[in-house]
Amino acid sequence: MSSERRFSVERWTRLSATASLIAAIILVVLALAPLLFSANVVDSLTNLFIYLILAIMWNALAGYAGLVSVGQQAFFGLGAYFAIQLSYYGVSVYPALLLGAAIAGLLSLPISVLMLRLRGGEFAIGMWVVAELVHLLVALDPLINGETGVSMIGLNAFAPDARRDYNYWLALTVMVVMLGTVFALLRGRLGASVQAIRDDEDAAESVGVRVLAGKRTIFFLAAFGCALAGSLWLATSISFQPRQYFGIQWTAYMIFMVLVGGLGTFEGPIIGAVIFFLIEYLFGETGVWYLVGLGGAAIVFALFLPRGLWGTVEDRFGIRLLPVGYRLRLLHSPAGAEAAEQRDG
Amino acid sequence: MIWVTQLINGVLLGGYYALLACGLSFMFGVMGIINLAHGDLAILSACLVFLLADSAGISPFIALVAVLPVMGLIGWGLQRWMLERSLRAGVLVPLLTTFGLAIVIENGLFEYFGADTRSLAPYIGDFAFDSWAITGNLYVGSLAVLIFALAVLLLGGLKLFLTYTPLGRSIRATAEDPDTAALVGINTRAVYAIAAAIAVATAALAGVFLAMRAVFTPYSGPEQLIFAFEAVVIGGIGSLLGTLIGGVVLGVAQTFGAQINPQGFFIAGHVVFFVVLAARLALGAVRARGGIHALLARAP
Amino acid sequence: MTLLGLERIEARHGLLQAVRGVSLNIEPGETLALVGANGAGKTTLLRTVAGAHRPAAGRILFEGADVTAVPAYARLRAGIALVPEGRRLFAGMTVKENLVVAAAHGRPGHWNVDTVLEAFPLLQRRLNSRAGNLSGGEQQATAIGRALMTNPKLLLLDEVSLGLAPIAVEAVYRSIDTLIKGGATIILVEQDIGRSLDVATRVACMLEGRIILEEDAKEVTREQVTEAYFGLQRARRSAS
Repeated sequence: MSSERRFSVERWTRLSATASLIAAIILVVLALAPLLFSANVVDSLTNLFIYLILAIMWNALAGYAGLVSVGQQAFFGLGAYFAIQLSYYGVSVYPALLLGAAIAGLLSLPISVLMLRLRGGEFAIGMWVVAELVHLLVALDPLINGETGVSMIGLNAFAPDARRDYNYWLALTVMVVMLGTVFALLRGRLGASVQAIRDDEDAAESVGVRVLAGKRTIFFLAAFGCALAGSLWLATSISFQPRQYFGIQWTAYMIFMVLVGGLGTFEGPIIGAVIFFLIEYLFGETGVWYLVGLGGAAIVFALFLPRGLWGTVEDRFGIRLLPVGYRLRLLHSPAGAEAAEQRDG
Repeated sequence: MIWVTQLINGVLLGGYYALLACGLSFMFGVMGIINLAHGDLAILSACLVFLLADSAGISPFIALVAVLPVMGLIGWGLQRWMLERSLRAGVLVPLLTTFGLAIVIENGLFEYFGADTRSLAPYIGDFAFDSWAITGNLYVGSLAVLIFALAVLLLGGLKLFLTYTPLGRSIRATAEDPDTAALVGINTRAVYAIAAAIAVATAALAGVFLAMRAVFTPYSGPEQLIFAFEAVVIGGIGSLLGTLIGGVVLGVAQTFGAQINPQGFFIAGHVVFFVVLAARLALGAVRARGGIHALLARAP
Repeated sequence: MTLLGLERIEARHGLLQAVRGVSLNIEPGETLALVGANGAGKTTLLRTVAGAHRPAAGRILFEGADVTAVPAYARLRAGIALVPEGRRLFAGMTVKENLVVAAAHGRPGHWNVDTVLEAFPLLQRRLNSRAGNLSGGEQQATAIGRALMTNPKLLLLDEVSLGLAPIAVEAVYRSIDTLIKGGATIILVEQDIGRSLDVATRVACMLEGRIILEEDAKEVTREQVTEAYFGLQRARRSAS
């Protein structure tokens, strides 16, 4: 019996190295976009980045931690809300946006103490209740003026062009950092445990996976990310109405993007966000039929294409563009087994 | 005496919540699915009855008799063509598909009916405002009392049905162990479909009564879902009696909260929900699936 | 006519092949003891016969009719009843309810609550107790009784002595004996070779998904079965 190693474990493949290179190039182009493209394009890209952040975050929660949250809009709205609060107390605009999101992110920790004890549908609706309660409380703040809302006046201090560019670069940076964080997490120990957590928590716990800590990390990250998205949305739209920011439609968008792109994959949310962006661009003006379409698509994908577009491609062709997983490569077939087969017959 | 009136009103409101939450609890107990479209299905039913009342002049109570079986059929179809597949695909999938369904129903209704608030109250004549005097100063709305009575009847009837009828026993067995249920001759697919039909039909009933005692819009569904869920959790997942108790606690909390502030109605409800949830978790008393099966399958 | 015919049954758990090409015939009134170590495929085979597991290949014929595609609940109604490994009672329901819920879908015949209680007198005092509160022996009696309530033509017993105290096992096998004398057709999965040989008319031994021994119970020794059980028979064959 040969004692050579019959397999090797790899992280990078030629394909993933190439894909990473292409991604880097795209990134450079995006960084220069305000200098290269028109104002409309820059605005659109900023929107796309915000959707991307939301998709990545929701995918992290549901795809990696197995937590389907129907209430991430709570943090989306809170990020914007705290940004406005800080701005009114004299903090300059852009730091206020980031700090506001950070506060919202930190709030997720005490929330998680209660929420993470729930599973499945209870967690889903529980988060929705959180969002509703937060919505109500925020609307009670005299600063916010009930459902009429307020504007982040500090933003008007910037010229529209400059503001557009700053928003763009901030959104791009946040998106890249979020992507990078998720990437790093997946390549780390957490990455190996997420599949276990998602498939069978109790079994994972029994082999030493720190399930609760893992979930809390992802919960915090998702909250922070959604809060940043909310701050960015505020930066681009300037006005804040509670109903708009705390509405359930954000969850509908996130679910659509992640389901269509590919739940639990790294590249899936990116693709889903791009598709969603295009659909919104093309059909957004048709009113609510477009929402009916989103809902219907979510149902169809969940039932018939559960791995999403990218997940299906990944499964079919066995490719992974970005090196988040491990590949087991058999180096040569062992000759011993064949002889054994013949003996049995 | 205001607070006594409010207490009674809160209790009666709880009857409505129990009616609404019954189907949600039932579907969760038998199939383990939390139907995120539950509230929207209730509103759909209200819209259908409204159509009959508004365009054909049929009394809502009579229209109800026609709409309930239709909604039951919708529940049956939902299970056969959507939920069954969802369950097979994984634990998270039913959440995603029922959420998608909720979005489809809400926005579909909006396209057809627009954003106006509507009510069935104008179509039931004086009954919407009738009240009975308990004592000289104390009045209770007759509609509210009717709803409460219906809730008690429904929950009680369901319990009797589950305990004493062959179909009820089959449902309890399937809820507890579908694999073994099939081995003793139970057609589990049919059981699930019937359970779904019952769940949606009760939601439909609740929706119509919501429309009678208050107003609704195509987007009222999610709010009702949240109330139903809160009632179930407060009363204890898995208990039919608990659903009634949970509904009453929620109703009372909301009614008292409303005395402080218009938004207090909602805030008080959510706060009580979280407090009870935290208390339950702290006492380790929340064990979702085990709990419902233990109760649904319990001997008389 | 042959009661049960299995033709080249293949069954899998995901990618794992649990049953490889098993063919078997059961005549009415027979008692087949199916022995083998853990993981040999016995439970999977029984579940496949009962319809709880879909075979990857092969046919199942019951009373001449092809039932391969027939779902479990319909097979029960046709007359195949399985007492599953681990009993799998409806713990939240009473003993009586466990019995009655099965009878509702079964066929008419000799077995009803009264006759089941006659066969298992220990259940008489426990009729209204929650099944989850019963002792091991009582649970096994209830599980067998539950299957009997459907008046099956073919009774499948999966490891009925597992986890029971010896005295309870005695009681269970006494009742199995009574069933056999009454003319029942039984496939009995057991790890206890001695016990199974006592009651069976035929014995088959499974190893790694295949039947490697199939003999009349009277014509085979316990040692032979034990060897087959551990796969020693193969080693002997290939050495010669």
